[in-house]
Amino acid sequence: MSDVTGNGKFLVGIYDDDDVVLKAVRDVKDAGVRIHEVYTPFPIHGLDIALGHPRSRLGIAAFLFALSGTSTALLLTAYMESFDWPMIVGGKDSYSIIVYVPIIFELTVLFCALGMVGTFIVSNGLGPTVKPLMYDLRTTDNKFAMAIDMSKNNLGEGDVERILKNSGAAEVNVKQF
Amino acid sequence: MASAHAIPSLDEQFEFTAESKRRLLIGIGVGVALVAIGSYLLASGVGSHEQHEVVHGAGASEGHDGGHAYKWTNRLYANIWLNAIYFIGASVIGMFFISYNYLAQAGWSSAFKRIPEAMPAYVLPMGIVIIAVFFLAGHDLFHWTNPDLFNKTSESYDPVIAGKQGFLNTPFYLIRLAIYIVSWYLLWRMLRNFSLQEDLHGGTEYYEKSIKWGTAFLVVFAVTSSTSAWDFVMSIDTHWFSTMFGWYTLASWHVTGLAIITLTVVTLKERGYLQIVNDSHLHDLGKFMFAFSIFWAYVWFAQFMLIYYANLPEEAIYYRERFSGYGGIYLAPFFINIFLNFVFPFFVLMTRDSKRTYIFLKIAAWGIIVGHYFDFYTNIMPGTVGEHAGFGPIEFGMILIFACGFMWSLSSQLAKANLIAKNHPMLEETLHHDI
Repeated sequence: MSDVTGNGKFLVGIYDDDDVVLKAVRDVKDAGVRIHEVYTPFPIHGLDIALGHPRSRLGIAAFLFALSGTSTALLLTAYMESFDWPMIVGGKDSYSIIVYVPIIFELTVLFCALGMVGTFIVSNGLGPTVKPLMYDLRTTDNKFAMAIDMSKNNLGEGDVERILKNSGAAEVNVKQF
Repeated sequence: MASAHAIPSLDEQFEFTAESKRRLLIGIGVGVALVAIGSYLLASGVGSHEQHEVVHGAGASEGHDGGHAYKWTNRLYANIWLNAIYFIGASVIGMFFISYNYLAQAGWSSAFKRIPEAMPAYVLPMGIVIIAVFFLAGHDLFHWTNPDLFNKTSESYDPVIAGKQGFLNTPFYLIRLAIYIVSWYLLWRMLRNFSLQEDLHGGTEYYEKSIKWGTAFLVVFAVTSSTSAWDFVMSIDTHWFSTMFGWYTLASWHVTGLAIITLTVVTLKERGYLQIVNDSHLHDLGKFMFAFSIFWAYVWFAQFMLIYYANLPEEAIYYRERFSGYGGIYLAPFFINIFLNFVFPFFVLMTRDSKRTYIFLKIAAWGIIVGHYFDFYTNIMPGTVGEHAGFGPIEFGMILIFACGFMWSLSSQLAKANLIAKNHPMLEETLHHDI
């Protein structure tokens, strides 16, 4: 997951088209500029690879959340049906695991789903009181923004602006957080 | 990545070489020899319990032994039936696959569309085998074919089965068999024909027609997949019924068909064909196998658990027979079935990388293909041969004959057309398929 907390000075290139921004990512990187992040109104296929993001570890997180759900369900049903209040239903043993498979399955799914929502909120720095950093409000509508963190680049402002313009940016704005 | 990359040639002609024909013929020959040896052994009583008058196990007590004593030929016919059902279902899934891909207007699958398209040719020979076996051995395989069961004055009158007479009677059964085979086969011929015409003339006309007739097939198959499952498999255990059974058998056939498609694609790629199929296509096929293994397990478990929990004798007998009936010989196939069809593909195909690696895909596909044989084995054998079942030369020989026949049919169909549907309107999408 990318760094969502920005501070300092950013140059924000605004693009009109998803194909242009995808190509621009490669051009800007080739020109030696480090890109902070690209913000788009919809997912662009191949953008994460072009930006060089490492492969998401979301799958591992999902697996672990699911596993915690499975074990919780096993412990829950075993404790309730074998220790706390053993019951015989339908002539089965008080703990017949087959009967609890639906519960185990559902809790696995539930824990996984809730865990993923939590992961999403945490990794994106969202929350009720958090004011999100907007590099450009129009990225929620029809524009594509490429943010360049000036503190992490050695190039001058004019150079970066020229590179962004050359790569197809319709406008380049300065954003200070 | 959506980068520009060289588009490989779309002209690929699969060659069904004399060498592979020879190998398949040897396979069929070995199969026939094995069946002959097995039949001889059974007929002469070696390895058969016939002489010992084994008292039927607790599970065998469906209560109606009137009219069909066990003969060794029962096991022969049950094996033919088992393999024919397995392969007719696996083949028609090819048609199912292209039909729902047409309906969804899916582009990604058009790269290897010729492979599912080649599979349903085997429906016709399997259909003929099924009808022939029904005429030859219907009375040995299907309890309900005994007319005394419906006759109130007869000793073996059975009110439960008599209540099913409207559906389970020989004329209607034969009409249904004919409907399945003819409708599946003819609709496939239509789609196949459109596809071949499209290769010659191009345009979107054939694509539109394929959507229309593919959808018609889906409507037909929605009904016939369930009813054929009842007819082919469930009616063997005439007393028993399950409302999940149609779905369950469809799930079984579907995942087998997907495993066959995947295995064929990977094998062809290893031989240098299907250059345009990339890792993403394989990944999607892997996901398909993974998802439908889980779907099969879900349906299997739903059927099992409800019966287990409700514990109604007339339903539970089905699993009782498979757990402890007939001397417990079905316990091993029962658990092999769950292991190979759920646990094994679940863990093999779980990671992203394994779905993109030939060897893992092949291992999982073989697991599923073998596993679903056991699925049909545990469904068909207890009701037809009971305690006389086993794994001998007859079983292995019969699998060899039918599997080599399937590969023959598939290869000859593949050789009849360009290996890539080169004028498919969605081809551009599949060339750049990337997930």
